[in-house]
Amino acid sequence: MSNNLQTFTKGLVKENPILVLLLGCCPTLATTTSAINGMSMGLATTFVLIMSNLVISLLKGFIPDKVRIPCFIVVIASFVTIVQLVMQAYVPDIYETLGLFIPLIVVNCIVLGRAEAFASKNPVFPSILDGAGMGLGFTFALTILGCIREFLGSGSIFGLRILPETANILLFILPPGAFICLGFLIAIVNKFKKESH
Amino acid sequence: MKYLIIILSTILVNNVIFSQFLGICPFLGTSKKTSTALGMGAAVIFVLTLATLVTWLVNQYLLIPLGLDKFMQTIAFILIIAALVQMVEIILKKISPSLYTALGVFLPLITTNCAVLGVSLTVVTKEFSFVEGEAAALLNLGESVVYAVGIALGFALALVIFAGIREHIDLMEPPKGMKGTPIALITAGILAMAFMGFTGIV
Repeated sequence: MSNNLQTFTKGLVKENPILVLLLGCCPTLATTTSAINGMSMGLATTFVLIMSNLVISLLKGFIPDKVRIPCFIVVIASFVTIVQLVMQAYVPDIYETLGLFIPLIVVNCIVLGRAEAFASKNPVFPSILDGAGMGLGFTFALTILGCIREFLGSGSIFGLRILPETANILLFILPPGAFICLGFLIAIVNKFKKESH
Repeated sequence: MKYLIIILSTILVNNVIFSQFLGICPFLGTSKKTSTALGMGAAVIFVLTLATLVTWLVNQYLLIPLGLDKFMQTIAFILIIAALVQMVEIILKKISPSLYTALGVFLPLITTNCAVLGVSLTVVTKEFSFVEGEAAALLNLGESVVYAVGIALGFALALVIFAGIREHIDLMEPPKGMKGTPIALITAGILAMAFMGFTGIV
């Protein structure tokens, strides 16, 4: 049981895909203009991660080793298409803002990375936990970055106004702000990592 | 004239890295040395142009007539790109071994470069109006290819500039926590600010 727990929690903190492993940078930078956008992107990716880990773990005995990467990509792309169509139908506003980055979950290195490194070698249940942990770690990092950028750039968090509009620093919701925020966030994480050693 | 505007707009104003956030992973991964950056840039120009050409044709003459374009695009395109990259690798090895050794290591990496899938999906789904006063419309084949070339050139330009700067950063002493990725990201942020200066030229 403690082993399963570890599988789940390592994605959240110790091996956080963005803050520590630096995977999946494109959606991180592009969709975190506000907390809600970051969170929706994270949750969409989490769903794809859990489902693709589940299916790939079930199929691991049937997929020949030589063609495994194309097989993984087809599985992942199918779930991405499902997410895409569901979001288009039920949350069209968020779908519109995230736009191109929903289909691009297919080429997110985290998803393929977990399929190759974990799901193709482990039983079903740990694979689901691994997918959920990694996905939630990704969502967590995206939401934090979204909160910081929304707070500095539009003076609100999750749409709740905190600072008056005159205090907005527009730069932080524009592209340069994304790079700079993520840079400082990783620097802070590095600092804590060094101290805990 | 229109082609010139598309090229300028994709290289400078809507730069693929600094304003569209596509292909950040290879941008951070292969920018430690200028020579690597040049190799990756060349490989991306080659594959991105070819991939956009092929996916546009497949979408127009296969997916749309069969009514599959709404839900098969992502799956079909990623498979085409993966197959194309493999094929390019095999053909280059036979025809031009020197080019193959120069681009070789970068080719497999390109399959997961989201700029390639991103651009091939953009040109078949998004409506553009580059010339002022003209109604927004989907790009035709020629415009799509020019758009892809522009995006790829923009990627190569950003990568080479960034690699040049990073070579210099390596000689500096940033604060401890800032070493490596954080300082690179902040540099990229400042570069993105510089590229914002091009807003409005086309």
